[in-house]
Amino acid sequence: MAEVSLHKVVKRYEGVEAVRGIDLTIGDKEFVVLVGPSGCGKSTTLRMIAGLEEITDGAIQIDGTVVNDVPPKDRDIAMVFQNYALYPHMTVSENMSFGLRLKRFPKDEIRRRVDEAARILNIEDLLERKPRQLSGGQRQRVAMGRAIVRNPKVFLFDEPLSNLDAKLRVQMRTEIKRVHQQVPVTTVYVTHDQVEAMTLADRVVVMNDGVIEQVGAPNELYHSPRTRFVAGFIGSPSMNFLRCKLDREGEDLMVRLADGVALTLPAESRERYREHVGRELVLGLRPEHLTETRPPRNGEVVAPFPAVPDVVEPMGMDTLVYFRVGREEVCARMDPSANPRVGEPITLAANLARMHLLDPGSGLVLGTRPTG
Amino acid sequence: MSAQTGSAAQASRAQPVRYGSMSRSRRWALRWSYFFLVLFAAFFLLPPFYMLITSLKTSAEISAATNPWWVFSPTLENYIELLTTDQYLVFFRNSALVSLIVVTLTMVISVPAAFALSRMKFWGSATLATGVFLTYLVPETLLFIPLFKIFAEVRNLTGIELINNWWVLLILYPTLTVPFCTWIMIGYFASIPKELDEAALIDGATWMQTLTKIFIPVALPGLIAATIFAFTVSWAQFLYPLAFTTSTDQLVLPVGIVTTLIKGDVFNWGQIMTGALLGAAPPLVIYAFLMDYYIAGLTAGATKG
Ligand SMILES: Nc1ncnc2c1ncn2[C@@H]1O[C@H](COP(=O)(O)OP(=O)(O)OP(=O)(O)O)[C@@H](O)[C@H]1O
Ligand SMILES: [Mg+2]
Repeated sequence: MAEVSLHKVVKRYEGVEAVRGIDLTIGDKEFVVLVGPSGCGKSTTLRMIAGLEEITDGAIQIDGTVVNDVPPKDRDIAMVFQNYALYPHMTVSENMSFGLRLKRFPKDEIRRRVDEAARILNIEDLLERKPRQLSGGQRQRVAMGRAIVRNPKVFLFDEPLSNLDAKLRVQMRTEIKRVHQQVPVTTVYVTHDQVEAMTLADRVVVMNDGVIEQVGAPNELYHSPRTRFVAGFIGSPSMNFLRCKLDREGEDLMVRLADGVALTLPAESRERYREHVGRELVLGLRPEHLTETRPPRNGEVVAPFPAVPDVVEPMGMDTLVYFRVGREEVCARMDPSANPRVGEPITLAANLARMHLLDPGSGLVLGTRPTG
Repeated sequence: MSAQTGSAAQASRAQPVRYGSMSRSRRWALRWSYFFLVLFAAFFLLPPFYMLITSLKTSAEISAATNPWWVFSPTLENYIELLTTDQYLVFFRNSALVSLIVVTLTMVISVPAAFALSRMKFWGSATLATGVFLTYLVPETLLFIPLFKIFAEVRNLTGIELINNWWVLLILYPTLTVPFCTWIMIGYFASIPKELDEAALIDGATWMQTLTKIFIPVALPGLIAATIFAFTVSWAQFLYPLAFTTSTDQLVLPVGIVTTLIKGDVFNWGQIMTGALLGAAPPLVIYAFLMDYYIAGLTAGATKG
């Protein structure tokens, strides 16, 4: 049982506010991922939870107690670092048992826990090796093992996979998820990779510039982002943003794009956007919702969207097509069989049931509740 | 230009595979390296060789006009005489005692100091670290007169006589060794990634445990380098013992040899050389044992940054 909660947490270095008032509650056994661009304050937040950085303002609670002034060792947390931070002069098993030995656990209990963790992580054969005799992925496992044997209330991970090559990263990602299912412990995981965030998290916390932009389940963030930042950050390739004007034509609402393309909104979204008629807005549409023309599947409301491809990138499963609308570049995701060619005009289908309209000034997505 | 490339092309056509040129230039580089290595080895080994030759001669043979680089009637007389006189053994004992205690003191002070300066960010720690290094830059030739003054003041105030006691060197030598060893160790500790002590901190280690269980083992090569340095400095220090100790029973080796074996203008060369040679032995033995670590330490410090 361990809930972690942050109340208006602020971290100020001389001159810089790295974290600017964060409120977040992480439930027991929940896997929460902090994600955001470099320098947005993810590590700082994590390190404050760990007790490695002092909290300038606000409060952090672990399991109901305020831990602002509790040293790291008494917070009952374990942390996995990006560079693994294994003790180079100790064997794998000594590395894993270091914390327990300091706490003077009985020998057989230490033995039992190390063996158990080694079994979970598949590193039973490596126990007597030194860290320099291990590969990157193996070191990563040992670092996790060191966290597991402690049996802590909270696991903290700071970009644990970014030193691994792409293939191993995917493999270890699955491994981490599997370990969390076997050993369900409250986990805070920091990454700048949105795919890692989406695949691992129960809930994703998107941070930007020291504040939380949005908290939500991966699918929620994908389907209903609240701000332009989240909309652009989650999903790959990222969402297209096009300047547009919202107009009324009889009962219909339509968005007019820079080069005269007009898209009629589906009937369901009329209510949501009616009050914005006549305004200059930004249309947000993901590449996967801008496809070749095909019979609409259920729930799709498609509008024709003319395009002349500039660049065509075959990806195997689908083909990315880049073209321009006015001065803005747009990406569409087509079926390879559509076989688009550079310079040849095509008509794409925009799935307007999935589009968003954003306020160009505040960057808020219209029709969603404001961040809070 | 074109003629050159043309001939080169021809040559390569005649001999399609010409790895030889690469290994030929390598061979030349090796030859030059060996040439200079031998030159330097000779340069540095000649004095000890001369000492050895001279130490095996009788006084008569030394003063005779024979080939100075050869012994015609070798004798162990000088060795026997030195090792059976109490005086020389007292010098040796003083030197050993001073060096061992100074090395211990130095390590006990400079390792924790370096740890604190490199890891515990406290107010003024950076300035202090620079200050430590600056202290090392002040030469002892500048310091011994003020120190003499201070010692005289101490005697006036407390009545404790510091001058002409071998143990006063235990206060003096660390002023030379502690700053430098602290500086070396700061460098080594700084090369240890900070996540390592953070991991230890989270694992529940106190600062002291982090130092003894993580930092010291990880920085062991550096520690050995620092130990060797401290030992060499204390063993070979000349100026301070010359200035601060005078009675023969308080002298350390380097000063003892010069002051007792030179009587007026009579230089007892045979014994001087023997004494110096025997005196150089302990650092040699220590180097031989710790050489691997020492070199590992030097290079680790160079590449880790
Ligand atoms: N010790 C420090 N002193 C001053 N500023 C700092 C310090 N540590 C971090 N910062 C600043 O705080 C901000 C947040 O840093 P943080 O390390 O939390 O970013 P991050 O989100 O983890 O980024 P990354 O993905 O690059 O690791 C950055 O602007 C950084 O420059
Ligand atoms: Mg970071």
